[in-house]
Amino acid sequence: MAERRFPSPFEVEGPAGSEGWEELYTYSLPFSEDRRSYEESVFWFQDGIHWPDPLTPWDATWYEYAIASLSQYNTRHYLIPPALGIDYRVLYGYAYLTPVPVTDPAEIEARVPQFMERAGFYFMNWNDLYDRWVAKIKDLIAEMEAITFEPLPEKEEMEVITEGRGMGSGLRIQEDYRRLLNLALKLWQYHFEFLNLGYAAYLDFFGFCKEAFPNIPDLAIAKMVAGVEVDLFRPDEELKKLAEKAVELGVEDAFDAPSAGDVFARLEGTPWMDAWNEAKYPWFNFSTGGGFYHQDKIWIDHPEIPLGYIKNYIAKIKAGEDIHRPLEELRAERDRVVAEYEALLATDEDREAFRQKLGLARTVFPYVENHNFYVEHWSHSVVFRKMRELGNVFVKEGFLESTDDVFYIKRDEINEALWDMYSAWAVGTSPRGTEYWPREIARRKRILDACKQWNAPPALGEPPEVVTEPFTIMLWGITSDSINMWLGAGDGDGGGDLNGFAASPGVAEGPARVILSPDQIGDLQPGEILVAPITAPSWAPVFGKISAAVTDIGGMMSHAAIVCREYGLPAVTGTAFATTTIENGTRIRVDGSTGTVTILD
Amino acid sequence: MREFVLWFDQYRESDKPRVGGKCASLGELIAAELPVPPGFAVTVEAYDTLRDDTELRSNVRKALAEVDLDDPDSLELTSRYVRDLIEASPMNPEVERAVKASYRELCAACGVEDVPVAVRSSATAEDLPDASFAGQQDTFLWVRGEDAVARAVQRCWSSLFTARAISYRHETGHDHEIISMAVAVQKMVHPKAAGVAFTLNPTDGDRSQIAIDSSWGFGEAVVSGEVTPDNFLVDKVLFEITRRTISPKAIEYVLNGSDSVEKAPVPDDRRLAPSLTDHEIVAVAKMAKRAERHYGRPQDIEWALDRDLPEGDNVVLLQSRPETVWSRKAPRPVARPGQGLLDGIVSTLLSPVHTRDRLATTEGSDM
Repeated sequence: MAERRFPSPFEVEGPAGSEGWEELYTYSLPFSEDRRSYEESVFWFQDGIHWPDPLTPWDATWYEYAIASLSQYNTRHYLIPPALGIDYRVLYGYAYLTPVPVTDPAEIEARVPQFMERAGFYFMNWNDLYDRWVAKIKDLIAEMEAITFEPLPEKEEMEVITEGRGMGSGLRIQEDYRRLLNLALKLWQYHFEFLNLGYAAYLDFFGFCKEAFPNIPDLAIAKMVAGVEVDLFRPDEELKKLAEKAVELGVEDAFDAPSAGDVFARLEGTPWMDAWNEAKYPWFNFSTGGGFYHQDKIWIDHPEIPLGYIKNYIAKIKAGEDIHRPLEELRAERDRVVAEYEALLATDEDREAFRQKLGLARTVFPYVENHNFYVEHWSHSVVFRKMRELGNVFVKEGFLESTDDVFYIKRDEINEALWDMYSAWAVGTSPRGTEYWPREIARRKRILDACKQWNAPPALGEPPEVVTEPFTIMLWGITSDSINMWLGAGDGDGGGDLNGFAASPGVAEGPARVILSPDQIGDLQPGEILVAPITAPSWAPVFGKISAAVTDIGGMMSHAAIVCREYGLPAVTGTAFATTTIENGTRIRVDGSTGTVTILD
Repeated sequence: MREFVLWFDQYRESDKPRVGGKCASLGELIAAELPVPPGFAVTVEAYDTLRDDTELRSNVRKALAEVDLDDPDSLELTSRYVRDLIEASPMNPEVERAVKASYRELCAACGVEDVPVAVRSSATAEDLPDASFAGQQDTFLWVRGEDAVARAVQRCWSSLFTARAISYRHETGHDHEIISMAVAVQKMVHPKAAGVAFTLNPTDGDRSQIAIDSSWGFGEAVVSGEVTPDNFLVDKVLFEITRRTISPKAIEYVLNGSDSVEKAPVPDDRRLAPSLTDHEIVAVAKMAKRAERHYGRPQDIEWALDRDLPEGDNVVLLQSRPETVWSRKAPRPVARPGQGLLDGIVSTLLSPVHTRDRLATTEGSDM
């Protein structure tokens, strides 16, 4: 058999016009000659679940903060016996990860008692610690909300003099930006305080079920553990309530108005506006993407998106449809599934172990399910808004042509730009930034546009014989099977079939609608099959329209897979090549029970 | 008054001695809402009318007294002679009326004139060497018309006197004269596809799964092993199809113009086509699960998809027996004695379950 490997990050051919892409990131982020022998010796997979598109310089902040924080908890807090962190790089703007194992068996063994002591404390005190976590994250959000960025004043206020403050606005704006960055890093520290342990407990229950029932579908296990009422579903629930409210008040015609502003103008002074104002914060701090990109729209900042969904729900209510999630049925179904598998176990000892492991998995799962709303949606929305305030300051000073250009500056370069702005303000002369940044940002946009044209390979380097790192399997769905699938897919046309994870059961046929960015989801027509790099939880309202979903990336536990199961739609995730293989309008057959997508035309 | 006929759907447990094992199990299935084809039992009381015929009785007794049990030829000749006697003697008129009337009622209920039926013996267990022995010789398929049905019933009765049955009773000291049997008359299924199902995965004993073997036409092709059937694995709790293996199916048993079942090559366009739709797979699985729940233990069932019945309502259960291979093995516990929750998590992290099979395969390939 021929040796099969993925291209080396150093030999893979990049897109034309991308020269200089390395300069868009922290110097430690791109692959480099300095660490070439290490970087070429390991296996890298592209993290398209979180970062399917090339990263802008500032958005790379989330990538670095997230992966470093994840790693820190494995390596330094809990001492996960076989796993250090996840190493991370960027290639032509795309995120590549590699899990770092603990290879020395003696070291693994030495980490075991420490892990048990540390993780044990968290498992024993989970609910208390989780309550504290919710309070902590809310305090953190309040602290971020309190930061405001305003242009530097023509002159300092009189109070600065009379109170003898002895410092000015230029220092404050620099401090505030640094504080915002520190809070963003703290946010990601909090994010992984529970997550790795939560997944470990889930994996343990998962492993037990697979051993007892070797053929049990993954989603049966997910179903036993998953909560019925989850904060991630809450924004969609709020839309439904607002739709009902509109019908109840007889104001549904207002939603025919041509713009969000007009809708609100018509509803001004009605109790519906009060209901809207109550629901929108925090629940509409909800990204149309994964929350990691500044360009993903956030409902609260783009009210036309939730208003459009509300309008659809109103139409359904008028058509006599019940739009509520059947909570009682969902609970009863969950109880039935648990009771039936439990009854099939061989011994009373097994049933006892099953109940214990399920109990722990259910204890940890609310965190696994809910953190995403608090961190990636709510908190990130706040940070993006604050960054746009800062962007507006730069626009006013002539550093930037438009607000969102601020995301084309690296996070630490912003300190320099603020310094330049402050310094010129202090001295009373012109900053260099007004010339430098518009030119530099135009260049960076050209580079990133070139990177967008690149088909990033799903993996790089030496494929591992066996994937053992538990979080890689759990979080990214990378298994020995998916690696073999990627290796095989390069061999030829593959005969028109794509394989992925059987993420949500059922079979559907229909025309494909390839959606490459959240802005395109409005194009979806009823009955079409959604084909996307990933799907985001906030797309939930469109799931009432489509007949199935196919994604390039994601495993059984991706948030998107959870939503598909919730909506009872067939879904195949992690096909790696769906968006590049399937064309818009092509008829396809999606078998969510076997994980196969067949191109019919 | 003697009851010569009992409909399967009127069966009660107390009827078991009168209708034999086969009919009793069909009656139990119907009571448990398991979709077996409709039909009726010709009771042991009907068989017992043979004893009212004194001439027949004395001829049989005489022939059996003369048989040389150590001589296979004598045994075979005697068996044939006795069976001919039974089959040739006129049926008790009351029995005949009851059987024919019930058959006509069955035709009416199915909406088919001269509906084809299967006529099978339904032995009371102690009279025959073993249950499987009874079923092999005395099954008459595709019997049409009331005269043919009555005749098939007689031929079932006579199967109590196969050579093997005679010698068995002699060895075990059973009296040839007090034995009896019932007969099952059941609407014949005309299968589009048929096969077997286990309410566990026979390859690994996984009780959360239902394994279905299926091929085109009559189930004989699957049961006899003449085709490699399609194989489906269905999760018993979620009814998800967890595995499907479609095999090339070269032959099928079909009904020819003269109501006999014959072997025929499967046309090319159906050889590699799945013999069940997803909907049908789930319907078979649901039925198998009901059978397991009914009997309280893993089952091994025979099923068919009747082409005469409406879509969605066409899966019928032909037989359900206890599964014997895995059910006899000691349970394989998964929980490790003395292992706490945290120990479990550590071992999961050290060896995630996704990698276990893979590791086993990799190691295996070195051999």
